[in-house]
Parts: sequence; structure tokens; C-alpha cells
Amino acid sequence: MTIYYVAKRLIYLIFTALLVSLIVFSVTQLLPANAATMILGEYATDEALAALNNKLGLDDPAPVQYLRWLSNVVQGDFGVSLRTSQPVGPTIMNALGRSAILAVSSLLLVCIIAIPLGVLAASQRGKITDLGVSLVSYIGVSLPEFVLATLLLVWLASPSVGLFPASGYVPFSENFWDALHHIVLPVLTLTIVLTAHISRMIRSEMADTLETDFIRAARLRGLPKRRVLFHHALRNSMLPAITVIALDVGYLIGGVIVVEEVFAFPGVGRQLILAIQNRDLPMIQAGALIMACSYAVANLLADLAYGFLDKRIKY
Amino acid sequence: MQATLKTLRALMRSPQGAVGTILVTLLLFISVFGPMLAPQDPESFNFGSRFSEPTSQFLFGTDWFGRDLLSRVLVGARSTVLLAILATIIGTASGALIGIFSGFVGGWIDEVIMRTIDAVMAIPGLLLALMILTVLGSSSLNAVIAIGIAFAPGMSRIARSTTLSVRELDYVSAARARGESSLWIIFAEILPNMVAPVIVEATIRVAFAIMTLATLSFLGLGAQPPSSEWGLMIAEAREHMFRSPWPILVPGVAIALVAIAFNLLGDGLRDVLNPHAQE
Repeated sequence: MTIYYVAKRLIYLIFTALLVSLIVFSVTQLLPANAATMILGEYATDEALAALNNKLGLDDPAPVQYLRWLSNVVQGDFGVSLRTSQPVGPTIMNALGRSAILAVSSLLLVCIIAIPLGVLAASQRGKITDLGVSLVSYIGVSLPEFVLATLLLVWLASPSVGLFPASGYVPFSENFWDALHHIVLPVLTLTIVLTAHISRMIRSEMADTLETDFIRAARLRGLPKRRVLFHHALRNSMLPAITVIALDVGYLIGGVIVVEEVFAFPGVGRQLILAIQNRDLPMIQAGALIMACSYAVANLLADLAYGFLDKRIKY
Repeated sequence: MQATLKTLRALMRSPQGAVGTILVTLLLFISVFGPMLAPQDPESFNFGSRFSEPTSQFLFGTDWFGRDLLSRVLVGARSTVLLAILATIIGTASGALIGIFSGFVGGWIDEVIMRTIDAVMAIPGLLLALMILTVLGSSSLNAVIAIGIAFAPGMSRIARSTTLSVRELDYVSAARARGESSLWIIFAEILPNMVAPVIVEATIRVAFAIMTLATLSFLGLGAQPPSSEWGLMIAEAREHMFRSPWPILVPGVAIALVAIAFNLLGDGLRDVLNPHAQE
């Protein structure tokens, strides 16, 4: 892997981010009412509207508005929320930190659980363990996050059971155990759904690897089964696994939006839904842009890890 | 026709294909005839039996107004399953159109279209659907359109790669040499080659569409009350979730069952239609 390759991928990332920002900006431009109408309400006089439009620069041509918005965003200025009149930047960054706690801990748990599960299923192919793992992951793949989250709520957070709080968030700096208590159910939901996705993929990758001549040769050389499985096969399945996990970050982001809404967890997803319901343009732009960029960064990291791990690929 | 029968026979030989086919057929029947099958009026209140557990009168129990959950789920099948299929058809058709056009024309137009598609696919699906709904406003039909648009890029990639692989084959060159029009080549040579991969992908997408549609309704951006769309049923039941689990469990299981059915059928079809598939 060369610096040239890393630089190429970074430029590609910037290109993607720019296109995404263009899409986000165009989507919000298509809204029937602009920010001035939203601030002044529908009974505003034409003169007041014109004055505010002029002040906010909303009567400039769209490309000029886009470039102004983009240059502000690059400097960390996402504008002012139409709903709360607070600057969007700090709000969304705080929310991002909280969402990251959910996303990263689920992703870590998934890697710890899903990879061994997939390996186990592939090595026991056709036997009862494989069928069990496949069946459970089939159900997991077919269960939307909001259904699972709500069922977990009913089961584990009802007043009679009361194992976990039904909603809300406590910062880790304030009270560690309480904070942990609040993220268990959201993280559990995300982990179950993602584990179902990823263990299925790992199983099929592993099953393919186990069929290759390379593994057959290792077996015929008389190497112990466990060594072939973990040393030879798993290593070769790890590369596609990384790609699969990175792609599933897209699902994870969707899942985070839903789970935050179900558990009233104040992250980016909840901010975004709230912004959409209130047509809070700057907040919608910021939330969507930040989520899409996180996905792009996850894919970049996966690509770099791939290049780093696979010695066969020369960039 | 004969090919269809042959595919169906092969499909019924694999356990997942057989179960998937039977379940999907049953579900389509329920979706179309749901309102006629419902034992009770899904909107009628029975205040004497609110939050009822399953009984012989209410097979799946009742909700907070004492409405029969079985009847509501049966009627809601139409606004969940049929609309999800509609969304998939919109996404498949527009995606196939874009992909064929892009692959067939080639050159810099193809490059521009594919890079735009890359950028759109860099946005997670649910997020894209949310943004489209921001513009269109919340309703069932708009959610269907949003899901359709969100599905189109993935489908267009499949359609484009099939087009590219077929475009250079000898029989297409022969057709071109005969002086056949581009439209003829697309319909007679390229489309038939695309049917198998597109059908497999579309079937699995229906499962996604159902889950996404229900999710959007759950978030308040899809179906609106008093619809008995399944995601909306769960959203409304949340207020009363600690009184009785049935109003959540019944539509939740329904969503999962439909998604499982389409996933099974899709996996079965993939094994049958893809000659390279192993197992």
C-alpha cells in the first residue's frame, strides 16, 4: 500500500462528501417553503418576507447560496436552528458524540459475537448448530429495528420488570453505571440486528473459503482441524468480512436513527427526525450531511484496512 | 411459459424455495382479500373488552379501543405488503431503465450517471428515504415513492453490468449488423438476459421495502392514522405498551413473517436461477 493509494482514496472521499453535500443542499432547496417563510410564519407580509430573504441571502442564485453554505460548513458553522434559535454546529456535534457511543459499542460487540458465530456455522455446515445459527439469523434479518426495540422495551423495561430504563440518556462523566444502564437496550437492539446480518455473511464467506484448494491442501498435509479453521480459513475470510461490516455501517446508521427515536436517546438520529418533523432546514442539512459523511469515512477505513491486511494487493 | 414452470418446479424442490413460495402466495392472497377475510370490523370499538388476550372471539386479542387485532392486521396487509411491492416495482423499473440506458450509451454519459449513482449510494438507504420524504411530505404513497427512489441506484448497477456483459456478445453484434434498431436490441436481446438477476434482487428487496415502509410509518412519516398499516399500529400501541403486549406483538410478528417469506423466496430463486450458485 502506497501513499499514492491513500491520497487517491482521500481525494475520492472528499469528492463523495462534496456530492453528498450537493444532494443534501438540493433536497432542502426543493422544499415548498424557504427559511424566511418558516421563520415568519405563513401570515407574514410580502415586504417582511422580502426583507428577510434579502438579509439571509435567500434571493441569491442557488449556486451562490450553496457555495456560501458549504464554506460555512467547512468552517464548522452549520447555521442557526429554526426551531430552537441555537447554533446547529455544537448541538449536532454533541449529538454525534452520543450516537457514536451507541454505534461503536454495537459494532465492537457485533465483531466479537458475529465472527465466531459465522465461523462455527460454516465449520459445522449442515449440522444442527449451523441450522440453529442460520434460523436465528434469518429471523434477525427479517425483524426491523423498531419492532425488536419495542419488544425489548415491553419485555425488559416494563414497570413490573424494570430491569432497564425505558428511555433517556445519562452522560458517562456524570454517573458511569447509570449511563451504562441507559445504553443497554439500544445497543442490544442494534447488536442483535447487525449480528444476524453479519454472521450470515461470514458464514457464506467461510463456507466458500473452506471449499478452496488451498484449505484442502492444508487438510491433506495433516494439519489439525482447528489450526486450518482459524489460521488458514478465518484469515482469508477476514478480508471480505471487513467489507461486509463496513457496508453494514449503512444499516447501522439507519438503525441508530430508529433506536434513538424508540428509546428517546438524544443523538443525531433523533435530532434529524425532530428537524424533519419541524422542517428545521439547517438542522436537517447538518444531520444528514454528518451521517452520510460518517458512512463514507467508515468505508474509507475499511478500504485502507483491506489494503493493509491483504499483502497480495499492490496499489 | 415452459421456462416459468420449470423454474417453479426446481424452486419447489429446495426446502426454502418451497416454504417461501407457499408463504408468499398465501400472503398475497391475504393482502388482496384481507378485508373480506377479517372476522370483524377493524374500526369498531369494543369498550367491554379492551386489551383482551387472545380468546375465541378475538383470536389475536384486542387493542386499547377493543378493536380486533386479527381483523386490523388482515386489513393492514394491503397497505403494507401491496405498497411495499409497488415501491419495489417503482425502484426496479426506474433502476433498470437508468442502468440499461447508461450501459447501452456508454462513454462519458455512462461515467457521469454511474458517478452520480455512487454518490447517491453513499447515503444510507433510510437516510435517503427520510430526505426524500422531507421534500414530498408524509404520506403512504410518498413513502412508497421514497423507497422506490432509494432502491433505484442499486438496481441500476445490476442492470448496467448485465447490459455491459451482453452488449459485446456475438449475437448482439449480429443483430446490430442486421441493422436492428437500438430499441429492438434492448427489448429482444438485453432485457431477457436481465430478468433472472433482477427478479432475484427484487424479491429480496420486497422484504427490505416492507421493513422500511413500516419503519417510516413508525417514525410518523408514512401511513397516517386511522390506517392499520403495521408500522403505524406499533407506533400507536407504544403509548399502551405496558398494559398489553398483544397490540405490538401481532403486527410485529406479521412484519417479520412477511419479510422472512420474501427472503426465503428470494434465496430459493437465487439458487434456481443462478447457474453458478453452489449448495
